[in-house]
Amino acid sequence: MKSRNSALLMAIAMLVATIAACAPAPTPAPTAAPPTAAPKPAVTTAPAATVAPTAVPAPVAGDVYKIGFVSSVTGPVSSLGIPERDTALMLMDQINKAGGIKGADGKTHKLEILTEDDASDASKATLAAKKLVEQDKVVVLIGSSGSPASIAMADYVTAQKIPLISMASSSAIVTGADGKEKQWVFKTPQTNAPVTEVQADYFKAKGITKVASIGVNNAFGQDSRNAMKALLPKAGIEVVADELFQPGDKDFTAQLTKIKGLNPQGLVIHATAAEGAPLTVQAKQLGFTVPIVHNHGIGNIDFINLAKESAEGILFPIGKLLTYQVLPDSDPQKPVLAKYVKDYTDYTKGKPISTFGGHAWDAVMIAVNALTEVGPDAAKLQAYFDGGKVKNFVGISGVFNWTASDHTGIAKESLVLVEIKKGTWVYIPPAEYKNFPDVK
Amino acid sequence: MKRFSHSGNLIAWIIVAIIIALLPLYLPNNYQVSILIFVALYTILTMGLSLLMGYAGQISLGHAVFYGMGGYATGILAARLGVPTPLAMLIAAALTGVVAFIVAIPMLRLRGNYLAMGTLGLNVIFVLFLTQQTDWTGGPNGLSNIPKLSVGDFVVKSDVQMYYVAWFAALSILALSLNIVNSRFGRALRAIHGSEIAAEMVGVDAAHYKTAVFTLSAIYASIAGSLYVFWIGLISPSVVSINLSVELVVMVAIGGLASVWGAIFGAAAVTVLAEFLRNVLPQLLKGASGEQEIIAFGIILIVVMIFLPEGLTTGGLLRYRQWRAGRAMKNASR
Amino acid sequence: MALESQIVQLLFAGITVGSIYALIALGFVVIHNVTGIINFAQGEFAMLGALIAITLSEKTAIFSRGMTVTLNLPLPLAILAAVLIVSLIGMVLYQFAIRAAKGASVVALIIITIGASIALRGFALIMWGTDPFRLPNFTPGAPIQFMGAFLILQNFWVIGTTLVILVALYFFFERTMLGKALRACSINRVAARLMGINTERMALFSFALSAAIGAIGGIVIAPSTPMAYESGGLLGLKGFVAAIMGGMNSAVGAVIGGLVLGIVEALGAGFISSAYKDAIAFIMLFAILAARLSGLLGEDAKQQESGV
Repeated sequence: MKSRNSALLMAIAMLVATIAACAPAPTPAPTAAPPTAAPKPAVTTAPAATVAPTAVPAPVAGDVYKIGFVSSVTGPVSSLGIPERDTALMLMDQINKAGGIKGADGKTHKLEILTEDDASDASKATLAAKKLVEQDKVVVLIGSSGSPASIAMADYVTAQKIPLISMASSSAIVTGADGKEKQWVFKTPQTNAPVTEVQADYFKAKGITKVASIGVNNAFGQDSRNAMKALLPKAGIEVVADELFQPGDKDFTAQLTKIKGLNPQGLVIHATAAEGAPLTVQAKQLGFTVPIVHNHGIGNIDFINLAKESAEGILFPIGKLLTYQVLPDSDPQKPVLAKYVKDYTDYTKGKPISTFGGHAWDAVMIAVNALTEVGPDAAKLQAYFDGGKVKNFVGISGVFNWTASDHTGIAKESLVLVEIKKGTWVYIPPAEYKNFPDVK
Repeated sequence: MKRFSHSGNLIAWIIVAIIIALLPLYLPNNYQVSILIFVALYTILTMGLSLLMGYAGQISLGHAVFYGMGGYATGILAARLGVPTPLAMLIAAALTGVVAFIVAIPMLRLRGNYLAMGTLGLNVIFVLFLTQQTDWTGGPNGLSNIPKLSVGDFVVKSDVQMYYVAWFAALSILALSLNIVNSRFGRALRAIHGSEIAAEMVGVDAAHYKTAVFTLSAIYASIAGSLYVFWIGLISPSVVSINLSVELVVMVAIGGLASVWGAIFGAAAVTVLAEFLRNVLPQLLKGASGEQEIIAFGIILIVVMIFLPEGLTTGGLLRYRQWRAGRAMKNASR
Repeated sequence: MALESQIVQLLFAGITVGSIYALIALGFVVIHNVTGIINFAQGEFAMLGALIAITLSEKTAIFSRGMTVTLNLPLPLAILAAVLIVSLIGMVLYQFAIRAAKGASVVALIIITIGASIALRGFALIMWGTDPFRLPNFTPGAPIQFMGAFLILQNFWVIGTTLVILVALYFFFERTMLGKALRACSINRVAARLMGINTERMALFSFALSAAIGAIGGIVIAPSTPMAYESGGLLGLKGFVAAIMGGMNSAVGAVIGGLVLGIVEALGAGFISSAYKDAIAFIMLFAILAARLSGLLGEDAKQQESGV
């Protein structure tokens, strides 16, 4: 019995100690965050002239505006979910410090973003969405990090008539089986099609007609490979191998050996940093000298830190976040990107920037703008998103134009091709594709 | 219901049924109702697993396979082939039963750890299959647009309706399981658990019984899977991963291995605990999120097993009796 | 690439991955032999070993950048310290979770290890976040070319470490008093206790030893593949399979099990289908088990009454 009691004490002590000591990023007060006015980009939206404010049952003064936010803080997709959550909490903090949301009703509203973890599981995502909608009474949802969980939430919000903005990339999230956009569902990451288009442009510029592909066997990899298999042959590029590996795999030499036997002119990789980095290292060690082109999954510093010298000369299409410094000053995204990079770095005490946090930024800011214009009413928010009000919204992933027939709304022009060189990203103008990679 | 051998079981069953029937009246919203629907589905799953593990002594680390098989088969039949939903559910259960029966023949030749590995392998293969066969299963994004359960013109639409359907199924299966355990079949299973050789000596065909209970538990799981897809409307490989299989074993152990009642308690304890932590932890500690929730969950699991190693039902009863005996002794010595 | 070179390349990859599986499997076997428990936190030991070694040897920010560790220990020292820390964690796990549940059934003990693996993963998530980390190669240098295949230097370290540990374990179990006492526990716990062996201390030691082996496994692969807080799960799973393949109670069996699994996976991915790599491995194992119900080596499974 004695040892049982000591075990209980130990367990309680451990619980208290860890939980108390390790309160994560959300709590620190970001003293460094500049108390600017609500970060509402000037060019965002047309004024809501068409919406009659009188029709809104005016909320009482000081009413809190709530946004439900589901991301994958634990489980396989957590490397996406944590920067997303941190970005959302950062924005909540900034907006409230600047006085909250100044609503169309003339009153000021505190913003509350309720964050939930879905453990990268579709069932738990549905349950989290239910909690937010039914218990916390939110009228707009953001989530989740992965495609399967987002699709599960999409079905639920459609039945509940609550607008949802997903932060995952699969086109199946917003587009139904009938090819039409789902009425209540929107998303901020680019689909994989424009990513593949940039890759195709590069291969064409290089005169490459035969590439091999290797990708991760999950929703992300499959969506990316589907876009590749649809678009590259149209551009006259043959895909001679379509190899797969499982998430968490350690060794890729078997697949790479097989690919090498086919002598492709280029290698396309669909992966995130955790597997993409060792895969790239092993490809270089096996003597691959052809251009290696990744997709946007390796869009964070992790990849460079992990692949080290093997990362040199790797090409991939990505949103402009990582290379905003080299953009021309005329680019409308440049100031938004610069501010986000600074804010996020300050708030998280220097956590590396990732494009996933950017997806959360876009989702939260679009939702906040909508709340500002039409107030907390699910149907009006949906009408705002669907009815062309999200027009030329300058976000992190691109310039958004949501319409009734396009609930993603980012064009190929939002992407740039970059090369990894001397441990950082270098922008490649389309005219110079044929001269890259310029490091061996 | 004539086979409730202990009248205690019958009374307990009626009490539980009444509580469950009345609960939705006191629940503030559909979120709580949904948690209890999950409890019902997991009860059905753990009930089968508890027959297999607690009574027949066969471990399965791949029980999510049959849950998924039921869900996917129902989904494909109802959404793609337009089969009426109750019929889809029945066909799915029959199909899953047949598959389980075929799988059981080689699988149950394995014992102990080998069976654990075999069933685990089955789960890995099943998930890979679902991910690859995109035409039928929708691949990693899953199968969606599965219709709601409907009988004639009546469609089970709301969460509360689904709650009653799911618990009707769970309680029926509970009654069936209680009868099984107290029948000749149940006694044979326990004999196999005790010692397979001894059981064979007295004329129990162990292989026959083990295959039967494996198939039965798979059919239970298939029913739970069908109800899941009717309710949620879609199913994806992430729902039927090894994590669920392991979680189900945890539920059975927390509830109490050799107890049909344990299934209901284990499923409820684990499901409600996870949601409880989601709600309470952020209030106790500002900024707490998924990271802290899983630590608390893991440690609570350890603590429960240290203090009630026989599980909540058996272990709880045992502790209660010890406590009463201790008090009686004290009184007597006074 | 010529077929022979392809085969050499695939075999080398298979042996490397198999060696890692073997190290994890050894950890399973050591604990199972002495205590009868299957320790589901075995993969977490590997994850912790790698992440701690990295933290000690390089500047690392932990606790969401709340703290930065700049010990910058030399790599060998960092590795030694990491192995010691992880074996201490193994001992704490035994002392406060397993031993405290005295008299509990094996299933309850296994559930405790599942709880421990969930909690350890949570600790790692809070401490290191989700970022993967990588150690530098133990020895720099280009891959060796052999029969047209490229042999990566770090992989020799992985294979070599496994061999060294296996030899060391052999001497330990055969030639030392402590090792013999451990073996006695695994053969018959009651008899061992009657002979005056402190079985609880042996169990504690088995947790320390297998945590150390697991940590080493995690450390040797950290240069070729990055480790993150949840890398332990898959490693644990594969190691578990390898251990069962080897009969669950034989160290040599565990190593052979690991190598067979690694090689089958590599050849399957290279020549049949990379999508179904894991399925091929499991089907192969299943076939082997069905044909020979006792694992590759070790006791006859028929005698093993349902352990779990």
